[in-house]
Amino acid sequence: MATAAAEQLRESFLTGKTRPAAWREAQLRGVLRMVTEMETAICDALHADLAKPRTESYVQEVKSSCKFALKNLKKWMKPQKVSAGVLTFPSTARIAAEPLGVVLVISAWNYPFLLSVDPVIGAIAAGNAVVLKPSEIASATSTLLAELLPRFVDGSFIKVVEGGVPETTALLEQKWDKIFYTGNGKVGRIVLSLAAKHLTPVVLELGGKCPVVVDSNVDAHVAAKRIAVGKWGCNNGQACVAPDFIITTNSFAPKLVESLEKVLLKFYGKDPLQSPDLSQIVNSNHFNRLSRLMDEEMVSDKVVFGGQRDELQLKISPTLLLDVPLDSAIMKEEIFGPLLPIITADKIHESFALINSMTKPLAAYLFTKDSTLQDQFENGISAGATIINDTSIHLTNLHLPFGGVGESGMGAYHGTFSFEAFSHKKAILARCFIGETKARYPPYTPEKLKIVKGVLKGNLLAMIQAISGCARGA
Amino acid sequence: MAVAELGETVSELRQAYESGRTRSLAWRQAQLRGLLRLLKEQQETAFEALHEDLGKHRAEAYRDEVGLLMKSANVALRQLGKWMTPEKVWVPLVAFPATGQIVPEPLGVILIFACWNVPLGLSLEPLIGAIAAGNAVALKPSELSPCTAKFLAENVGKYMDAAAVKVVQGGPEVGEQLMEHRWDKVLFTGSPRVGRAVMAAASKHLTPVALELGGKCPCIFDMMSSARELQIAVNRIVGAKWSCCAGQACLAIDYLLVEERYLPVLLKVLKSTMKRFFSDADAMARIVNARHFQRLSNLLKDKEVAPSILHGGSMDAENLYIEPTILLNPPLDSAIMTEEIFGPLLPIITLKKIEDSIAFVRTMPKPLALYAFTGDAKLRRRIVEETSSGSVTFNDAVVQYAIDALPFGGVGQSGSGQYHGKYSFEMFSHKKAVMKRGYLIELTLRYPPWNERKIALMRHLYRFDYFGFVLCFLGLRR
Repeated sequence: MATAAAEQLRESFLTGKTRPAAWREAQLRGVLRMVTEMETAICDALHADLAKPRTESYVQEVKSSCKFALKNLKKWMKPQKVSAGVLTFPSTARIAAEPLGVVLVISAWNYPFLLSVDPVIGAIAAGNAVVLKPSEIASATSTLLAELLPRFVDGSFIKVVEGGVPETTALLEQKWDKIFYTGNGKVGRIVLSLAAKHLTPVVLELGGKCPVVVDSNVDAHVAAKRIAVGKWGCNNGQACVAPDFIITTNSFAPKLVESLEKVLLKFYGKDPLQSPDLSQIVNSNHFNRLSRLMDEEMVSDKVVFGGQRDELQLKISPTLLLDVPLDSAIMKEEIFGPLLPIITADKIHESFALINSMTKPLAAYLFTKDSTLQDQFENGISAGATIINDTSIHLTNLHLPFGGVGESGMGAYHGTFSFEAFSHKKAILARCFIGETKARYPPYTPEKLKIVKGVLKGNLLAMIQAISGCARGA
Repeated sequence: MAVAELGETVSELRQAYESGRTRSLAWRQAQLRGLLRLLKEQQETAFEALHEDLGKHRAEAYRDEVGLLMKSANVALRQLGKWMTPEKVWVPLVAFPATGQIVPEPLGVILIFACWNVPLGLSLEPLIGAIAAGNAVALKPSELSPCTAKFLAENVGKYMDAAAVKVVQGGPEVGEQLMEHRWDKVLFTGSPRVGRAVMAAASKHLTPVALELGGKCPCIFDMMSSARELQIAVNRIVGAKWSCCAGQACLAIDYLLVEERYLPVLLKVLKSTMKRFFSDADAMARIVNARHFQRLSNLLKDKEVAPSILHGGSMDAENLYIEPTILLNPPLDSAIMTEEIFGPLLPIITLKKIEDSIAFVRTMPKPLALYAFTGDAKLRRRIVEETSSGSVTFNDAVVQYAIDALPFGGVGQSGSGQYHGKYSFEMFSHKKAVMKRGYLIELTLRYPPWNERKIALMRHLYRFDYFGFVLCFLGLRR
């Protein structure tokens, strides 16, 4: 099935139908219509998969993405003139974006709709044919996408292939012009090694432990709210940019914990497991994984808030832990759940060393009013993105590239970056026959070398000599 | 180099990077100036090394390597401040007060593999970019150009920060051992076969890889409108084939496509130009080694191919010299037409109509460059729109390499990733998204508990429909 899909799409792509702006705009409008008309069905599927509250469906994100692409498409497709300089004078140079060809998008289970459709929007805008492989773990959304997309877009160019590991592996064995993968580092490595066989370039959107450094000069209540919504308001912590752990000072920690508790009470009530605004843990595998993290011997007594679980409903309540050992599993692995360890340090600057001892995360957050600390953070911490005084909001800004670095990934997308991720920027140089310089060619003489040296250095006299070679012809 | 030594080299580089000193503008400028001094003061030694390795004439060495490198280093010095400056981006009103920026930061420790054919250029051009971007760098020149490798090993450390910029010599085993380590980026220039191995090795550490590979760069040759233009076009073709390391260049013209009725005219001028340019034996580089000589010799000796040799064909194994050779219509399934030639053999394929060249090129893997000599605007447009290649150049060849404003790199089988000019800086940088908010305004509708009203308000905000938002807020609209 994988081979058939890849071959069919390649044949389709070679017809050239995806190249004109009109075709791409029609597909993008189709996606927009799909999201608008089928919003309820989409939210229902997300609820079935993850008990996702409607606000978190990010349907609006997809609409914004489509509209942004529609608005900018012609601009993106227009070749960009650049200066050819004097070396090849007279000549014109430009850079034109062209589609890579046939691309594969592999999506993740935590934002199964958004992370499937958003990259596909970029691929279409760039004029490619696409195979989308939604995550089988979010099965309701996967089925819905397989059913909906063909109704709203051109099925000869955009296909959904469902399935688990065997189907994904079969797809990865095919030759693609680009692979876009969202998920974890372990599978990311497999994707990269399979892509190597065909020399396929990849974008990997992975994860990591996104740290939140909280300074003592901030309003604890506001910081707590922003952290809480970024953590538990994002799929109950199951998000690649969700705050993973907090580092704050010994002195500020009690205040921060108190504020977080107050905020959590306000957000989710006294019985958070019953709150409709809290997503469930995606499946029992992950539920057990998170339980193990909490129950580890040196960790279980550090729980200061929450810790409630409902195995039947696959729900875990927002949980705060204070000063877990740095070598515990919860501090070594990406949590991807509603557990939030708070690490305390004497001075806030100690946080830098801790963060730098870990692999580069997808996002790093800092809450402080101290602009020097802000600058130090920006320069001293490498991450996909750094956000000051908030969490996760950069996702919605289509002018910022969204992507990781190091273990958190390679490549970026959103907005123009999506278009570029799926394009090849072809350099085009056009010369004519005026200005022919014999100095380029053998037989070489010291005089010729002198002219070449001068031209490369930008020496005006040498250039005149070189160009005036046209008078003497060949 | 021993495995343990290699490990030490890598840790030293990482320490140098983590010390933070490669990040400053001053350090980067000092390295670039050091490189310029190296190229100026050691120019004669560089020419000797290139001549020793490849029989390259000093003019070719200057034109294609040393001179271009100096130009690139100067461009980097001039533009560095601008490249390093963060780019401000628009932030939606709903996040007010907030600022957004894209900040370039170095990736960390870079590994550059260079190929033997342009051994100085393919080492130092990427090095310029990696340093400009603030990284520590390990350079692994090809062991097939040993004099240049030695030249680099002896001089780079003397003119640049020796703890942060290192040259590692050795063969494929050393390459493999280097790839066992974690790098923040690897740039590999060479063959697709080794490119695959590098990418596969990199996957263990999730190291991003840029690949500069090759391919069969076709030259589409349409009728020229005058004898003068024909001569100039042929000059450029002959230069781009045989004056580029004897055709051993990823950008060299691999084969030519021409209409059959135009062939005699083209051949006449080709032969006379070749004679004129290469009257002197040392005007053309030699074949790099016996293995490649054998490979090229086999291409010609192929039973199906030998009859198509039209001009040249003589070989001198002792001096690793192959005469500039033209073939006419060798079988399309022969090795010379399915593999990248990388040598001084030029097959010419004739077509009924020049427009057929587009379909022909599309049957081949995407090349690093596509060349077309034509004044026909419609043909040009079709070439740009219907073929794919790293780059397209009209009415000349190879010169696009020298233009800093144009990205240099392949697509598909010819590679991924681009460099030269600011693209070099970007290739070795991470563009970090940075957003800063303040505490002035707090939008409570972001937060749970959620209800329909909050969703409706958010809907308006996301659409930047601030008027609608206000109405909704006041309860005047849902």
